[in-house]
Amino acid sequence: MKMIVMVMMMMMMSEGSMIDQTCKQTPDFNLCVSLLNSDPRGSSADISGLALILIDKIKVLATKTLNEINGLYKKRPELKQALDQCSRRYKTILNADVPEAIEAISKGVPKFGEDGVIDAGVEASVCEEGFQGKSPLTSLTKSMQNISSVTRAVVRMLL
Amino acid sequence: MASSDALLPISAREEEPSCPYTKLPDGSRSDPETHPRRRRPYKGLLAVSFGLLLIAFYVALIATQDGSRSNEAANAIDETEKTTSSSRARLAGVSEKSNDGLWKLSGGRNTPAFEWNNSMLSWQRTAFHFQPEENWMNDPNGPLFYKGWYHFFYQYNPNAAVWGDIVWGHAVSRDLIHWVHLPLAMVADQWYDSNGVWTGSATILPDGSIVMLYTGSTDKAVQVQNLAYPEDLNDPLLLKWVKFPGNPVLVPPPGILPKDFRDPTTAWKTPEGKWRITIGSKINKTGISLVYDTTDFKTYEKLDTLLHGVPNTGMWECVDFYPVSKTARKGLDTSVNGPDVKHIVKASMDDTRFDHYAVGTYFESNGTWIPDDPTIDVGMSSSLRYDYGKFYASKTFYDQNKGRRILWSWIGESDSEAADVQKGWSSLQGIPRTVALDTKTGKNLVQSPVEEIKSLRLSSKKFDLELSPGSVVPVDVGTATQLDIEAEFEIKKESLDKFFGDASVVAEAEEFSCEKNGAGSTVRNALGPFGFSVLATESLSEQTPVYFYIAKGKDSKLKTFFCTDTSRSSVANDVIKPIYGSVVPVLKGEKLTMRILVDHSIVEAFGQGGRTCITSRVYPTTAIYGAAKLFLFNNALDATVTASFKVWQMNSAFIHPYSEEAVRALTRT
Repeated sequence: MKMIVMVMMMMMMSEGSMIDQTCKQTPDFNLCVSLLNSDPRGSSADISGLALILIDKIKVLATKTLNEINGLYKKRPELKQALDQCSRRYKTILNADVPEAIEAISKGVPKFGEDGVIDAGVEASVCEEGFQGKSPLTSLTKSMQNISSVTRAVVRMLL
Repeated sequence: MASSDALLPISAREEEPSCPYTKLPDGSRSDPETHPRRRRPYKGLLAVSFGLLLIAFYVALIATQDGSRSNEAANAIDETEKTTSSSRARLAGVSEKSNDGLWKLSGGRNTPAFEWNNSMLSWQRTAFHFQPEENWMNDPNGPLFYKGWYHFFYQYNPNAAVWGDIVWGHAVSRDLIHWVHLPLAMVADQWYDSNGVWTGSATILPDGSIVMLYTGSTDKAVQVQNLAYPEDLNDPLLLKWVKFPGNPVLVPPPGILPKDFRDPTTAWKTPEGKWRITIGSKINKTGISLVYDTTDFKTYEKLDTLLHGVPNTGMWECVDFYPVSKTARKGLDTSVNGPDVKHIVKASMDDTRFDHYAVGTYFESNGTWIPDDPTIDVGMSSSLRYDYGKFYASKTFYDQNKGRRILWSWIGESDSEAADVQKGWSSLQGIPRTVALDTKTGKNLVQSPVEEIKSLRLSSKKFDLELSPGSVVPVDVGTATQLDIEAEFEIKKESLDKFFGDASVVAEAEEFSCEKNGAGSTVRNALGPFGFSVLATESLSEQTPVYFYIAKGKDSKLKTFFCTDTSRSSVANDVIKPIYGSVVPVLKGEKLTMRILVDHSIVEAFGQGGRTCITSRVYPTTAIYGAAKLFLFNNALDATVTASFKVWQMNSAFIHPYSEEAVRALTRT
């Protein structure tokens, strides 16, 4: 009986270690682990599944950032031009990058998923640069860049 | 470019920091295979016996993981140099994470934020390259010649300017240049291709009928091969296609994963009179090509042997296999074999987005192939490429109309997806090229844009110039956005003699590469670089140099490189701007020649008669419309170069949307 319990515990540990093993091959282990553990699907997902969870995080973050951008039009009207650019960039993440990545990874052609994920980081960077050092979105930008580079590393494991 | 200040790149390439974690694409991987295999844990009594296995597995993974990490750190510096042209993240000036985690875009804090406007974006559309009216395109599919028409099919997304919802687009032409778009040939309407009607190839049978094999992604996202054929062989436009009711004809065999089985080739005859095809795949990280025989394209026997495989090259996509003549620069039907024939194996490397090929020998008795030079085997980072720029998923077909082999290739964008969405389209096809073995070297292919492109040539100007060291010369040709340039260069004998005699000129051919150090064409050396700068503003604030660079080897032999430097092609900070190129063989007595096709946002460059080819995508912001100019330059420190060249204005190909009149108009030509 004790043997069975011990082995079951070891199995659970090694399930958790799938996330560990995967995240060790990304540029930000802690971020990767926290994102994947925060999703109930994380503990039983294969690498494709983990990639899809991360892409979902990109989608959630892009939505959050877009809401923030919309709120800033009233609070910081002088930033309108940069906010317009950012709005376009984040809409691209939501409407183009994310669906492309989800479809590509689900269908086993991860290279298109890699393109979409990389582009999410690019769009965030371009938006940030538009404020020329006075961005109200810096911490959201950093999050997107970090999640994008972690996700990219996971997607590359599928190639 | 008379002074080195003028040569400073607008987007200063930053030091590549080491990236110990990110797996950068590298044809010669050295990290061990540590990717954990997915396994659902078994519950119940069986679980007990596996428990100990899992523990041991976990321990082993930890041990090898540490080893692989130090390997990656060591390889990181080497690998960074190989990634410049393959990674969208490597936007010029967009460095990998710096210490504070912020991606640095080019130009720093003082550059005004750049925004694309519709004028800049609409200029990017090409005049004479194949592209659909809107949305996304990728791989060329099933090219063929039938009843007087060249047919072209392609991976197409009818709904967006990014990849997805893939179906088969279709177009026809009399001359591979003037196209009419036709309705979609095949859509995702069966369970066996509901998740994608993917890449495939055509085989023309001796009786003149056509079979099309293509990959379908099933409703369960399994990759299978399907058979389709024209509904009506009397319709020269082959508008309608029928899918074989017994599809799929091939499913992933044992040992092959369901998502590693795609892109069937054109078939060729075996000695027994059967048809043989090959399909790319992988086993772990070894890229392979599976072989199947068939008599009717409906049932197949899989050979136990592979056509070929190369370790550490990853998944082989869009495999192509064809004979080339050793003695004549002509095309051969895919089934031809004999003592005067070599065979080419080509594959698109999923890991790096490069197309690689090798010349070798095919053994028809057992359907295997070996390369002439195993040190440059297919997919190795050192192996030959059709094109050293943006060029992927290429496919050839035998054009029985003119006895030549034609090469198509997908040319993707190098800009942001936001720009693609804004402009409403993404991707081009390269101008179809004839491809043949270089009968002079016997070791590489040569490519050339099809002759028919000359029908687009309008007015021309001829020039004979002497370029002194450090000179930059404007070439007055009027508008410079649609050009065909043929040029010959010669270094003056006195300069060459001086060069060879000069002991202080350091041997550097072994270390030089076009991409090195980001200096590109701005470098100044004894013998170059020299060449043209296309899509350049008057002030050279934006420009795209296409050039030769000659370096001296340790044995005092000269080595010539052919490069395209896009690092200053645009001031935009959200486009990729690599420096592309490779060594180009130059035989004794040959002058240096280059051909350049400029067509808005695409530049195709051919060095030494097509021995080395470079396709680039560029997105200038000011070097557009009437402001785009052509320059000639010679960055050599001492050598004088003579340039003899002709520049043609190129007409549009007027690629038409589908209509009966458009088809009739082409029929008359």
